[in-house]
Amino acid sequence: MFKNIPLSAAIGLTITATYFLAAIFADLIAPYGMAEAVGDVWEPSSADHWLGTDQIGRDLLTRMIYGGQTTILIATLATMLSFTTGAVLGFIAAVSGGWVDQVMSRLVDLFMSIPSLILALVILSSIEATVVTLVVIMGLLDSTRVYRLSRAVAVDISVMDYVEAARLRGEKLTWIIFREILPNALSPLVAEMGLRFIFMVLFISTLSFLGIGVQPPLADWGGIVKENKEGINFGIGAALYPAVAIATLAISVNLIADWVLNRTTSLKGGRG
Amino acid sequence: MTTPLLQVRGLKIGATVYPPGEKPHDIEIVHGVDFDVEAGKVLGLIGESGAGKSTIGLAAMAYGRGGVELTGGTVMVNGRDVLQSSVRDVRRLRGAEVTYVSQSAAASFNPAKRIMEQVIEAAVLQGKFSKSDAEQRARDLFAKLGLPDPDNIGSRYPHQVSGGQLQRCMTALALCPEPDLVVFDEPTTALDVTTQIDVLKAIKDAIRDTGVAALYITHDLAVVAQVSDHIMVLRQGEMVEYGTTDEIINAPKEEYTQALVSVRSIKHVEKEPVEPILSVQGITARYAGTNFDVLHDVTVDISAGQTLAVVGESGSGKSTLARVITGLLPPREGTITFGDRTLSPDQPSRSREDLRELQMIYQMADTAMNPRQTVGTIIGRPLEFYFGLKGAEKQKRIQELLDEIELGSGFQDRYPAELSGGQKQRVCIARALAAKPKLIICDEVTSALDPLVADGILKLLLQLQKIEDVAYLFITHDLATVRAIADSIAVMYQGRVQRYGTKSEVLTPPFDDYTDLLLSSVPEMKLGWLEDVIAHRKMESAGN
Amino acid sequence: MHPILKLVAERLGIGLLLLLAASALIFGLTEVLPGDAAQAVLGQGATEENLANLRAEMGLDRPAFTRYFEWLGGIFTGDMGIALTNKLPIGEQIARRMSATLFLAFWAAIISVPLAILLGLIAVRYQNRWPDKLISGITLASISLPEFMIAYILVFFFAVKLFWAPSFASVSPGMPLLDQLHAISLPVAVLTLVVLAHMMRMTRAAILNVMQSAYIETAELKGLNTFAVIRKHAFPNAIAPIVNVVMINLAYLVVGVVVVEVVFAYPGMGQYLVDAVVKRDVPVVLACGVIFAAVYIILNIVADVVSILANPRLRHPK
Repeated sequence: MFKNIPLSAAIGLTITATYFLAAIFADLIAPYGMAEAVGDVWEPSSADHWLGTDQIGRDLLTRMIYGGQTTILIATLATMLSFTTGAVLGFIAAVSGGWVDQVMSRLVDLFMSIPSLILALVILSSIEATVVTLVVIMGLLDSTRVYRLSRAVAVDISVMDYVEAARLRGEKLTWIIFREILPNALSPLVAEMGLRFIFMVLFISTLSFLGIGVQPPLADWGGIVKENKEGINFGIGAALYPAVAIATLAISVNLIADWVLNRTTSLKGGRG
Repeated sequence: MTTPLLQVRGLKIGATVYPPGEKPHDIEIVHGVDFDVEAGKVLGLIGESGAGKSTIGLAAMAYGRGGVELTGGTVMVNGRDVLQSSVRDVRRLRGAEVTYVSQSAAASFNPAKRIMEQVIEAAVLQGKFSKSDAEQRARDLFAKLGLPDPDNIGSRYPHQVSGGQLQRCMTALALCPEPDLVVFDEPTTALDVTTQIDVLKAIKDAIRDTGVAALYITHDLAVVAQVSDHIMVLRQGEMVEYGTTDEIINAPKEEYTQALVSVRSIKHVEKEPVEPILSVQGITARYAGTNFDVLHDVTVDISAGQTLAVVGESGSGKSTLARVITGLLPPREGTITFGDRTLSPDQPSRSREDLRELQMIYQMADTAMNPRQTVGTIIGRPLEFYFGLKGAEKQKRIQELLDEIELGSGFQDRYPAELSGGQKQRVCIARALAAKPKLIICDEVTSALDPLVADGILKLLLQLQKIEDVAYLFITHDLATVRAIADSIAVMYQGRVQRYGTKSEVLTPPFDDYTDLLLSSVPEMKLGWLEDVIAHRKMESAGN
Repeated sequence: MHPILKLVAERLGIGLLLLLAASALIFGLTEVLPGDAAQAVLGQGATEENLANLRAEMGLDRPAFTRYFEWLGGIFTGDMGIALTNKLPIGEQIARRMSATLFLAFWAAIISVPLAILLGLIAVRYQNRWPDKLISGITLASISLPEFMIAYILVFFFAVKLFWAPSFASVSPGMPLLDQLHAISLPVAVLTLVVLAHMMRMTRAAILNVMQSAYIETAELKGLNTFAVIRKHAFPNAIAPIVNVVMINLAYLVVGVVVVEVVFAYPGMGQYLVDAVVKRDVPVVLACGVIFAAVYIILNIVADVVSILANPRLRHPK
């Protein structure tokens, strides 16, 4: 699988893997405690504090590592929820057609007619934001997009002659979905999964920045910006580190998604 | 000897290809071709798809389509090498000295502009005519090309006229600036056979009357034989043979040309009708959500172990008939008897035995096979599904089937993308045979293939019919194919069976008007055929 | 009736239904979720009796159906109720803030639309060469960052380091237009950057799609120069997809404006909405949410209608 991997994809894989490993082993690699005040307010970077300290004297590298953990955890869980819900419903709609498809598709149209940020704000005005509620809200709102894509992909495939041939042979629905449609739908869906993950990272960061996402004392990248935004007016760049983190993660995942899509658009075999 | 109008020497054409997962690289698609077109003469360029004929035609206008580049040789038009000309000079050549008629007029006309505006555009732009003179000339051309209401058709939009009419408008567009040379790129291929003949005649007359020279590109030798003075046969970017039309048609020298001329050489003697394996009685059908029937009271029988060919043009209902028989479209009225039992109208409620005995082969082998399954899986699945074969037993049977379709060993582990067009269709045949069916529906199975490959597939089907004693319902628009393999024929027109019987009955006069039109419209490989047919026709084609 | 009018009418009808359904969805979401306005006013420690009294006083004990239609009627007449937190009429607040938000969005649109189309054209003209690659690189970078990050990066460099523009967009009535524009220059720049990327990419795709049509080849083979090909043949067909792209991206501004207003403490609708969410002021959230959703839906409807009107097959039926 890793033969002929282009440089861009290799860079993307390396950076993404680094972020995920840092998130998983945050407790081991973070130099200080997450909520521990270890220095002065907004100290510049030094040997002790590589990225300096934040607005109440916590080590910023530590905050970034734990913040990455929260952001990546929420984004990953929400992506998984979005994908399982959206893909399953999309496939069911495509294969069954008729009123099942109609009802689900019109409902999805309705949800998609309102920007997800606005819907999320409306919902979060009524319920408390916790990791679980955030994952559920983001995952379900975003599953509408996954639903549209998987339905479209599955509809395209299910009108192919080889699916008709399987139907005429008398194959059951499970064979048709898992053996005929899914293997051919996988690559666009995997590529989309990368894009949805990026969107989730941006989404949770935005919510936290607005003060209605991850709540203190838990750190996350959007929250770090919110906490340190006053510093910007004094020329202190603490709030910009999360920008670098989000941008590099997003671009890396994008590079991987591009590679997956390009590599598998070739129909030459499925062994890769 | 005067200099020819168009003189091509050592023309080489390259392209950059971007295979997924690989580095882009350059390939050569035309490897040094020489030919001349004299003023007022017609040269036919003939070859299979991928022979490079369109690319060569466009080279006469110094144009490379897509990523194509003209890499070597000279293309002299009226004594100037257009490959060395400045951009300005090339623009003055295009649309003035050389013009172009494409395969799909529907795509080549700008949908947002009226026909007249587009027809006269080049003539006015190049300063050949004033606007009003050009419009008058366009109206004259419309009349000459047999378009209805020639004075007003120009004020319509492209989507408001039929495909055959638009193709003639495109010819008018090309002739309007009084060019020296017109490049016709498969101008009749996208049309139905009965429409093709009228457009072909219109083009031929227009060429003769205006005295323009033409480069006529097509894959159909019988078509080009009607219009050209000389023919050049191309294969894989190289010239195979060049000669007068008479020489190429009546005395081809090269083996490849001989094969092209004698395509459908299969001699098939029809069998006497026997007890039907499938009998369709009084079928009327329509698609969900529409309010008109696409099949009206269709009744035909298919004799066991024999071939019924269903012929008709697009929209005649022949493919719908296949959908009704397979149960994908339950009919509104009528019944289908298969062997000694009545088939359930909808596919999901049919028994596994019914499904097994009725198999299907599709037009596009590419989309008929799951690209993520190997040939072994594709052929093995029906064996597993219907007969429960496993392991060595299954492998042995797969190998037998591969031998039957003349593919030998080593193909089991290949994916469809690793096969040629003909091989793909053979694998689809093997998949159908694996079920040991009594009837196979063949839906235009050879129409996407090049003539020689198609010939091989037809021979294989006939041979398998003898071995397996299987009946075919053969759906096609191609009468040459019908003659080659049918035992009986049903001619369909507008959802009805127009004529039905054994092959000799159907193909023996007296004919009804439509059958006459259909039969006579199929281009024949002989000179002067076009004029004979037009002179003896009873009915105008539907495309008019 | 002309078939195209029928199609447009159909689209408008569906749009109206969608607007109604969206308002019901927003209202319904706050209904089914735990907690209501009475709870928000009295806080977690309130007794059941106090809650019931307040609910009766606010009319919350009546069926949701009745309250929905009252609320919906109120939106049309401008009476959107009283904010829970400061007891001020929501309608007046919204009227003032709406004009502030439209002012911001207007300037963002004025700058980004022509710029995006121009850059899209450049990207097509130099397809796969460096200008195209540079443009798509910038696009990738700007869609990889949330709006507020772009905002702070700009603030950091242009407001704090270079003093070119204020980091807070405080505008007051009576301020000269040029001063107002200076005050909102950074938020406008952020919004422009955010929509520019999408708009440019979609414009590029729309024009490329047209340029690859067979009729463009026909025009080239008539000897037209590149400019004439674009002006006479590509442009009439590309105009509809481009207008479509513009509309969709203006709709996207709706989301961008929420975040940008918070960053620059700009007194518009977005800030009002986010404030209300933080303070759990449900009536304000409802009113703002439904207006944002309506603007988004209406712009999408306009995009669809333009596509229908521009289609020559529909405009000149057989």
